[in-house]
Amino acid sequence: MNPTPRRGERSRLLFSDSDWSFEKLSRAYDAIETIALDDLGLDVYPNQLEIISSEQMLDAYSSVGMPLMYRHWSFGKHFLYHEQLYRKGLRGLAYEIVINSDPCIVYLMEENTMALQALVTAHAAFGHNHFFKNNYLFQQWTDAAAILSYLDFAKSYIVRCEEKHGLAAVERVLDAAHALMEQGVFRYRRPPRLSSEKEREGLRERLEYEERTFNDLWRTLPRSKGDGGERDEDRSVSERKKSLNLPEENLLYFLEKNSLVLEPWQRELLRIVRVIAQYFYPQRQTQVMNEGCATFVHYTIMNTLFDQGRIGEGAMLEILRNHSNVVFQPGFDDPRFSGINPYALGFSMMQDIQRISMEPTAEDRDWFPDIAGNGDWRETLLEAWANHRDESFIRQYLSPALIRKWRLFVLDDSAQEQHFEVASIHNERGYEKVRSALANGYDIGMTRPDIQVVDVDLLGDRLLRLQQTVKNGVLLEKESREATLRHIKELWGYDVSLAGVDAETGAMLYEHSTKQAST
Amino acid sequence: MPNVIDRRLNPKDKSLGNRQRFLRRAREELKRTIRDQIRTGKIADVDADHSVSMPAKGTGEPTFENARDSGRRHHILPGNKEFMPGDRLPKPGGGQGGSPGPGLSQREFEDDFRFVLSREEVLDLFFEDLELPDMVKLNLKEVLAYKPRRAGFARTGAPTNINVGRTMRNSHGRRIALKRPRQAELDALAAEIEALEANPVPGQAMRQRIAELREELDRLTRRRKLIGYVDPVDIRFNRFDPQPIPTAKAVMFCLMDVSGSMGEREKDLAKRFFVLLHLFLKRRYDRTEIVFIRHTHEAHEVDEETFFYSTQSGGTVVSTALEEMRRIIAERYPPREWNIYAAQASDGDNFATDSERCISLLEGEIMKLCQYFAYVEIIDERERHIFGATDNGTSLWRAYRSIGDSCPNFQMTRIARPADIYPVFRQLFAKQQTQKGG
Repeated sequence: MNPTPRRGERSRLLFSDSDWSFEKLSRAYDAIETIALDDLGLDVYPNQLEIISSEQMLDAYSSVGMPLMYRHWSFGKHFLYHEQLYRKGLRGLAYEIVINSDPCIVYLMEENTMALQALVTAHAAFGHNHFFKNNYLFQQWTDAAAILSYLDFAKSYIVRCEEKHGLAAVERVLDAAHALMEQGVFRYRRPPRLSSEKEREGLRERLEYEERTFNDLWRTLPRSKGDGGERDEDRSVSERKKSLNLPEENLLYFLEKNSLVLEPWQRELLRIVRVIAQYFYPQRQTQVMNEGCATFVHYTIMNTLFDQGRIGEGAMLEILRNHSNVVFQPGFDDPRFSGINPYALGFSMMQDIQRISMEPTAEDRDWFPDIAGNGDWRETLLEAWANHRDESFIRQYLSPALIRKWRLFVLDDSAQEQHFEVASIHNERGYEKVRSALANGYDIGMTRPDIQVVDVDLLGDRLLRLQQTVKNGVLLEKESREATLRHIKELWGYDVSLAGVDAETGAMLYEHSTKQAST
Repeated sequence: MPNVIDRRLNPKDKSLGNRQRFLRRAREELKRTIRDQIRTGKIADVDADHSVSMPAKGTGEPTFENARDSGRRHHILPGNKEFMPGDRLPKPGGGQGGSPGPGLSQREFEDDFRFVLSREEVLDLFFEDLELPDMVKLNLKEVLAYKPRRAGFARTGAPTNINVGRTMRNSHGRRIALKRPRQAELDALAAEIEALEANPVPGQAMRQRIAELREELDRLTRRRKLIGYVDPVDIRFNRFDPQPIPTAKAVMFCLMDVSGSMGEREKDLAKRFFVLLHLFLKRRYDRTEIVFIRHTHEAHEVDEETFFYSTQSGGTVVSTALEEMRRIIAERYPPREWNIYAAQASDGDNFATDSERCISLLEGEIMKLCQYFAYVEIIDERERHIFGATDNGTSLWRAYRSIGDSCPNFQMTRIARPADIYPVFRQLFAKQQTQKGG
């Protein structure tokens, strides 16, 4: 790195004091952009930087970071929670929030110093932005161009529903839908694109027409054969399932399409919650990569700027201090330990990839024949950012060197045992196991409950059957399970049962029905 | 060039709607909390922000969660120092499914974290419990009225507030300082030119003189145009400061029988009554003071703590409290300066021959000094329907009936439940309304 900047270079500084101004922001942005695009080869959505105050940041926290969101009491609860933490000084606020939209919206806090503004601009406006635009999960599963207009539609639609049907009625549906948010995503098949405003308008008009012209008489007519396979008693169960497209992993989608009691507007509410859940689904799977990418980008850009003499030493010191706070990873026995820091893990892994491609050891050549010593870390990283999620990224790129450096170890935790057992450590026999255990820990499919709709008897008691595939014997927490089932019953209109089936043996582990609870 | 937008001036309370929805959701539990806080707190503290803990009921957000005490899982942790594969470690927390996950501490925190309700929200919850109609709630929550009062001058303001005198003075000073040519000077020059031009055969010197004068006239005219007669910098506006409408001071006397017959319930009801009266007075008057007088067979002025929480044994002689009140008024609260309100709570017991003395004290002196005297008799829930509307009752009740007939500012009622408190106030508010209208 460069020692003290020479006299002539002082004019090259992007900023010299800690107060920021719009003009300095813009100058720093241009310098950062040049490095990001020309040196690192990033590809980003156009940026929109928005300066907000701390109150507005708290507001944004409680509406899951989105610039606009419909109203619900749970957001108010989260707001109080964050506000309290902040006021007590237990937690600082984020320096920025970035939204996966096109144009990419980046919120910057007004309290930040100029050095910090430069840091978060590099971090969010280029790191996160590039990741959003290029990672395959975001490309395939979210629609950055449409999300803001969709939220706008959702917000005003829910306001209209509240006016028309009352706050309490809307709240009941939203409460129930929120409980199923995690089960409201398509994991395996691609969700349909968000329809344009015009199409939605058409749909609403059709619904309204149907509401207006509804004639109860038609309902009493006997249905003709073939008017929906589920009406025919003779059909087999398997055909019944087929007609309803069962099993179905997306509970919200299933209820939206097949619920027996919901009105059209209630179905639309389910759809809104489902679309938002789907929008956030890739973010949940790419925390390590997303933060790692942004941190690596800001670190590289800031150091380049410093080497070019465009950032002063004081500012660089501040930047480094913030950077090291962000990537701080205490050991498991440290009182500050609260799990693995995704910023730290992502950043170290990406630095490690840089090292492997530039100065590989024999071990690296052994483990990573494809990238070791290829001499082009930029291309290697761009490739990794585009084509992986946390789970596959760790499975592919976590190197023995990094496992040693972090001294990672695996604890085996069986509920029956009184002790943890150390399963693997950072040695030759353990590398593979540590790596795969860590990757599994970031696999939502492995760690989160897997619940699907398996059957429903529309002719009989209309009991909706759900099934949890129990992996490693991990059951559901009883109280919240029953409360969530009650929510599903509310949406379905009839009783709901949930059975736990062991993934390996196929044995039924438990069965719970809202019917038992009510009788 | 990035697209930078300054959002700082956008409205801040974006989540206000969410907060209101949340409070409505937790209404019942918050109401109970506020009630408890008011029961144990001071009367004057009701009218302030309250910190309450997060209500647990009705605000849960259930989802399907993995049970921590089942199955088998792996924890991957950094910072291994001495462990080898196969080592066994005791589980924290007695070995019941303890996991060093980060979620736990947050949830624990969320369970017992407290947040602050604003004054308006507290009053809303509190009054809901008393079942006050909205009109009264509005009255009580009313912000002080302000009257604009002249307070010097300002450089900005509405055109209607221009202070002409001050503006012209500034303009005059500026014109002198900048040497703005006066009209008279121009007129004099013009006249001189005219006089010279009237000469049929101007000589060389005269022509030069005319040219000079014309130039001078031009210069002065230009200068006059440049230096405005009234410039924006001269303009001054009258400045107005909002001043609270001056209202007088009020003192509130709380009189209560504290003999053994007044139990926890009776005192709680009395306290609610006092709280409400105090809130009402605080809205009406700039300054309110509370005097607590408790009595058995003798009366003392005490502090709030003693008033509500310590008992004293003895008989019941109500007139002692009235005498004490009269003494304090004479000593500290001259009726000309103070609006005097009194509220008396009792279970109706009185020493047999004392009621007559009370009547004469009240009718003779105290009622003339008081704006308002409220007597609440706290009765048993079971007696409520017996005594409902009859004039029968305790000796004190019967004695006070006669005062109620002769003095319009004397109110009396029986209270068995919090909801009964309101009718006493309806009367009072009705009076205020008619006074306002008249």
